[in-house]
Amino acid sequence: MAETTYIGAINGALAAELRRDATVRILGEDVAEGGPFGATKDLAAEFGDRVRDTPISESTVMGIATGMALAGLRPVVEIMFIDFITLAFDQLVNQAAKARYMSGGQLRCPLVVRTSSGAGTRSGAQHSQSLEALLVHVPGLAVAMPATAADAAGLLMSAVRADDPVVVIENKELYFRKEPSFDPAPVPLGSALVRRPGRDVTLVATSRTVHEALAAAEDLARDGIEVEVIDPRTLQPLDLGTILSSVRRTHRCVVAHEAVRRGGFGAELASLVQEEAFDALDAPVVRLGAPATPVPVSPPLEDAYLVRAPQIVSAIRSLLNGSA
Amino acid sequence: MWLIRAFEESVSELVGTGEVVGLVHVSIGQEASAVGVCDVLEARDRVYSGHRAHGHVLARGADPAAVMAELMGKAAGLCGGKGGSMHLVDVAHGVLEATGVVGGTIPLALGTALALRETEPGAVAVVFFGDGAVQTGYFHESLNIAALWKLPVLLVCENNGYAEFTPRSAHTPVERVTRHAETYGVDARTVDGNDVVAIREAASALVAPLRSGGGPALLECLTYRMRGHYEGDPAKYREASEVAEWKAKDPVRRFASGAVATGELSAEDAAACEAAARRAVAAAVSAARSAPFPAASALTEDVGG
Ligand SMILES: Cc1ncc(C[n+]2csc(CCOP(=O)(O)OP(=O)(O)O)c2C)c(N)n1
Repeated sequence: MAETTYIGAINGALAAELRRDATVRILGEDVAEGGPFGATKDLAAEFGDRVRDTPISESTVMGIATGMALAGLRPVVEIMFIDFITLAFDQLVNQAAKARYMSGGQLRCPLVVRTSSGAGTRSGAQHSQSLEALLVHVPGLAVAMPATAADAAGLLMSAVRADDPVVVIENKELYFRKEPSFDPAPVPLGSALVRRPGRDVTLVATSRTVHEALAAAEDLARDGIEVEVIDPRTLQPLDLGTILSSVRRTHRCVVAHEAVRRGGFGAELASLVQEEAFDALDAPVVRLGAPATPVPVSPPLEDAYLVRAPQIVSAIRSLLNGSA
Repeated sequence: MWLIRAFEESVSELVGTGEVVGLVHVSIGQEASAVGVCDVLEARDRVYSGHRAHGHVLARGADPAAVMAELMGKAAGLCGGKGGSMHLVDVAHGVLEATGVVGGTIPLALGTALALRETEPGAVAVVFFGDGAVQTGYFHESLNIAALWKLPVLLVCENNGYAEFTPRSAHTPVERVTRHAETYGVDARTVDGNDVVAIREAASALVAPLRSGGGPALLECLTYRMRGHYEGDPAKYREASEVAEWKAKDPVRRFASGAVATGELSAEDAAACEAAARRAVAAAVSAARSAPFPAASALTEDVGG
């Protein structure tokens, strides 16, 4: 069976979008050389200077891409590691995210930011963060977190076609994960996917943690515990409906992500679930995430930092035993 | 220089065996700037670096075993194993920070220079960065402020012609980094970055005024990294002829053979120097290897906030 990787799917989606729409552009460091992970491999050969290398000037490049978008192009900017999106925050948060609103709807900003996130590669505190909660907090930005190759391609295609800024947060540990090949198709923003049905507990997980959640569900199934695993795929817009209807059946909800628990997306989701489905809950929503520390390099410390399947399993067992 | 060379050759091997972890950038071929600049510094001076920092820290006198242990994520590492290759800090030797954010330590060096001027007049701050960092806003904004406030800071650009896989010409139309200094009236020199003696002379000339109220200064070292951008990078983006040309200018061998040729060093002493460095590195590796990983409790220590 033919296989594809997450990074290969991104590469294919970028090529397809460049071919489909002459207004699409790619900007970023080393993108003409294929980029450090290969997301833009061979694109410069086919698309010439529509794929443009930039200096290490994230802030200004984000501003340039925003200006291109305001003038009708569809730029896809690569921020190599999400850790460096902080450098570009001014242009992204104060310009791109607000252009449509501040102009009373005169402007649209069809900007896509692709970036890599996540720990587990011993890359240290400035190359491993999960900063999605900072982005979700900013009105005007859509935030996608694909967990599979098909979604990495499909959400990216939708992001390119969207008329407002979308940040697509990819995961480094997933880049070289193989999946059976598929026909890439746009995945709508704001549509969650039930990755595994179950009646006992709703487990919402994002990005790489989806795979930990599925492994945990598999493990628990051996004891007859049926976990419903939901992947929101985009945190903004959020498909709360799919999550709530699950919680109304299972009466229990766990949310797991790689980011720091404090102030994380799980906090937002737990609030939403208790606001909208308080009566359906048999127990408080459980949040799993990283401790509030920077990401350490040392292997045993980084391993302890990350939420992996066993931690999800024990959290669900405690929840079901009423000791959560 | 042999210590840095031997250390990084060993690091490169240990990345291969998985004992050194993470994203690792070695400076093989660029050792002269670390050694030439640090040689004119004093214990009271403070140094900052970037992602390619092993040489700078060693040139300041850090214990090779502690640096190696850090690269392995061991508790005995400079930073207890939590920082890793890109974040080497050794306060005891005046190395305040190394960053994985390109250009990120340039403003820190300005701030430290400002503080030193008040608290330890005569001391200087030095920051090492690559030519890629010159395109960051930090570099340009810092050059302006450092000149405006006459800060005792030496900016050392190790211009190796590439930022990751992209040649300098694709990043900027400005060939010489020192050109930027002209705009602000900053004292600047471009030197052969593979000539440790020339670097030492230039650094000495640039640092002297900083100690007596002058500043800032910029030193551009023209050099080349002999290996890929990071360990594991096959570096397909450069011509073999280019690599061969620079190999002939190897700063370590060049200094050694030069000193032997002028009679400053005997051939035996030159060989002994290399052998001693290799022995020191072997000892550092075995110490780091047998050192334990940090205790689980270290994860949540030293967070603050
Ligand atoms: C702000 C930021 N953007 C991008 C990167 C990714 N990156 C790491 S090293 C590097 C190139 C740096 O080139 P240079 O400053 O010349 O240093 P060299 O690697 O040549 O020593 C890039 C783009 C980064 N670390 N930080």
